Amino acid sequence: MNFGFSDEQDAIRDTLARMLSDHATLAVVHDCLETAEGFDSATWAALAGGGWLGLAIAEDYGGSAMGAVELAIVAEEIGRSLAAVPFAPVLGLATPAIQDLGTQSQKEKLLPGIAEGRLIVATALAEDGGSAPERVSAKVVQDRLSGRKSPVLFAADASFALVAALDEGGTVRLYLADLSDPSVSINPHDAIDRTRPAAEIVFHGAPVELLPGSDPAAIRTLLDGAAVLAAFEQIGLAERALSLTRDYACERQAFGRQIGSFQAVKHRLADMFAKIELARSNAFFGAWALASGDNRLAEAAAVARLSALDAVQFTTEESVQLHGGIGFTWAADPHLFLRRGWQLKAELGPADLWRERLLCDLANGPAAAN
Amino acid sequence: MDFSDSPEEAAFRAKASDWLDANATRRDGSEKAQDHFMARDADEVARARDWQSRKADAGWAGLTWPRAFGGRDATPIEQVIWNQEEGRYAVPPNVFLIGIGLVGPTVMIHGTDDQKTTFLPRALTGEDIWCQLFSEPAAGSDLAGIRTRARREGDEWVISGQKVWTSGAHYSTHGILLARTDPQVPKHKGMTMFLVHMSDPAIETRPIRQISGSSSFNEVFIDDLRVPDSARLGGESEGWKVALTTLMNERFSISVGRASGGARAEELIDLATRVERNGRPAFEDGEVRARIADFIARQRGLEFTSYRVMTSLSRGDAPGEEGSIGKLLLGKLRQEMGAFGMELAGTAAGISAKSGDDVARWRNEYLTAPGNRIAGGSDEIQRTIIGERILGLPPEIRIDKDVAFSEL
Ligand SMILES: Cc1cc2nc3c(=O)[nH]c(=O)nc-3n(C[C@H](O)[C@H](O)[C@H](O)COP(=O)(O)OP(=O)(O)OC[C@H]3O[C@@H](n4cnc5c(N)ncnc54)[C@H](O)[C@@H]3O)c2cc1C
Repeated sequence: MNFGFSDEQDAIRDTLARMLSDHATLAVVHDCLETAEGFDSATWAALAGGGWLGLAIAEDYGGSAMGAVELAIVAEEIGRSLAAVPFAPVLGLATPAIQDLGTQSQKEKLLPGIAEGRLIVATALAEDGGSAPERVSAKVVQDRLSGRKSPVLFAADASFALVAALDEGGTVRLYLADLSDPSVSINPHDAIDRTRPAAEIVFHGAPVELLPGSDPAAIRTLLDGAAVLAAFEQIGLAERALSLTRDYACERQAFGRQIGSFQAVKHRLADMFAKIELARSNAFFGAWALASGDNRLAEAAAVARLSALDAVQFTTEESVQLHGGIGFTWAADPHLFLRRGWQLKAELGPADLWRERLLCDLANGPAAAN
Repeated sequence: MDFSDSPEEAAFRAKASDWLDANATRRDGSEKAQDHFMARDADEVARARDWQSRKADAGWAGLTWPRAFGGRDATPIEQVIWNQEEGRYAVPPNVFLIGIGLVGPTVMIHGTDDQKTTFLPRALTGEDIWCQLFSEPAAGSDLAGIRTRARREGDEWVISGQKVWTSGAHYSTHGILLARTDPQVPKHKGMTMFLVHMSDPAIETRPIRQISGSSSFNEVFIDDLRVPDSARLGGESEGWKVALTTLMNERFSISVGRASGGARAEELIDLATRVERNGRPAFEDGEVRARIADFIARQRGLEFTSYRVMTSLSRGDAPGEEGSIGKLLLGKLRQEMGAFGMELAGTAAGISAKSGDDVARWRNEYLTAPGNRIAGGSDEIQRTIIGERILGLPPEIRIDKDVAFSEL
């Protein structure tokens, strides 16, 4: 047993963290929050230039074929940076879907573009704000898709979308849709975190291609993997919120001393830390299960998601609180974390969904190893 | 990142389970795992001794101790593997935890050669059972506030005072005792550590009943106990340094042993399928499902946190403050699960129809858990440790640090 990162993995983290701190500063995130566009295309391009977007893509398609643990490290650093980039939809969902479930020609068409940062493939799984693929009503008849998907992140920046829809037999499958088709319309939403612009996409008989490997079990595994990566992103975010708050507690004086010397403040920070570390432990298990194809992935993903959701909500809310009046202002940083935390929660569905997945998995026993 | 056994670990596990198979009986599903360290009666103490001596003969005692002291030089992860395997068998409680986990390592570092050859082998074989005579009525979290006095008389020390909350003192043969030897200096500076025989008539042990109804800890009265200077462990006035070694090893023992302490959250699933809530099976109730799922997520997190601690220990890091996380979260989780189990099982009043029924089981869990939140450093002390040593927050204001103990 070895429940930590290797020296090489630590080095990967350091390199990425340096790159991100050059490009995706919190000032940039504030700017993205102000602009209608939201998307930080400069950081995305820098990530592509550094080879980060192709990390998990096979070498044949222009990637470097690293494993899930390396990808988890990237997720955590992206989360920590708060960069306004579509990491989770593109690297957490679309890439593994195309790579593991798609045809040769789909891979050739899309994966190199993703690795180079030319193509954004949005993920349009949800319809009702959640992401339970069981509740899909969009439908594909004779390779034409009709239905509404919402929320879809970075829809306006994407060229293609990965869509969950019912096939003619009523089974949920995954399809690729070209968003430039005239039968597709995109209606922007007003999301809590405008640095991850969300929209509704309406498909009126849009031409789509099936990902042939996308049977329900494969979709489940895909979502579990995405939840593990999202947990790392959430942990990175929560840890940054904690460190920001910790620094403020050392700097801010009241009653003649640093506020961090008051136990009410110190102990709250300790509780943030404990929740984050608990979530990290579960996320480690998830990363291992994902990397090794272990049959406890569903359980691992659910517990990683549940504890990450809890850590993020507590940390970001208390971060605002411990900053006092300044924490309640638009200009200060804490609300960036609060907003992003909610956005990450919306993306793969709320705690309820994952609680049910956990209990069902435990009741039915782990799925067969894949 | 690898959660499975390495080839060496797998070999160790196989060896351990072969030996256990040949020497112990597997628990059947109905028996609870033996996760406690306290014997209930003399018979259990005798069985624990017998089991320990057989383990020692076969080289399974004091796994992480160096070979030079009769141990196996095992890694912390091997210790966890052993604990997992041994946990599958119906074995008596590990009343040797303090001797092997806390006292032994302290003697190895601070003891004389004589003390090492006298005490270490007997701790391993289970001949001696140790207790920790640290806390006092006026000194718990603030351990350096102890008042038990040791005065030098020629070649002897005369010790008087009172200890309290001493786990297992009533069946221990020996105790590691912290006493004040110099009240004229600040509190952390004037203490000395001693190794004492509990059978001495100058020591009186009285069991204290806990809220669960059972008695695993005691108050210990010491009235002019005379010990030779050779009973001193470490230098005169260096008791705090020695105590810190003991406490560090206590943290280590807790990290290795505790993650699995208490009931499994899955047991609540079983309970919820058997009882009703609002006229239907409780497990169909949304709130019940949500609470159980959250308990499971927290419990898994604790389990995996302990593996992270093991990993960093195996890489040669000292038992770090990460141990505080598990320590902080475990007690509260157990307490909440106990309360929820009681509510599910019967009335909120925790009324039990017969001993051993569901209410009784969860009530016991509920009434045991508070001890986890206090013993070995309370939740509040753990938060302060995390805040100051991990997060680097400014220290508490101390008004007693530079004042002679006698002036406080
Ligand atoms: C089941 C059990 C077994 C034990 N076994 C042993 C044993 O074998 N040997 C031994 O020596 N001792 C033992 N103890 C004693 C244990 O170490 C002490 O109870 C513990 O350290 C707390 O000390 P106290 O009881 O004096 O409480 P206090 O220190 O008086 O604490 C009372 C309350 O005040 C809080 N508090 C205290 N100081 C601070 C602070 N600075 N900041 C914030 N809050 C604070 C505490 O968290 C607690 O909630 C055992 C205790 C229990 C419950």
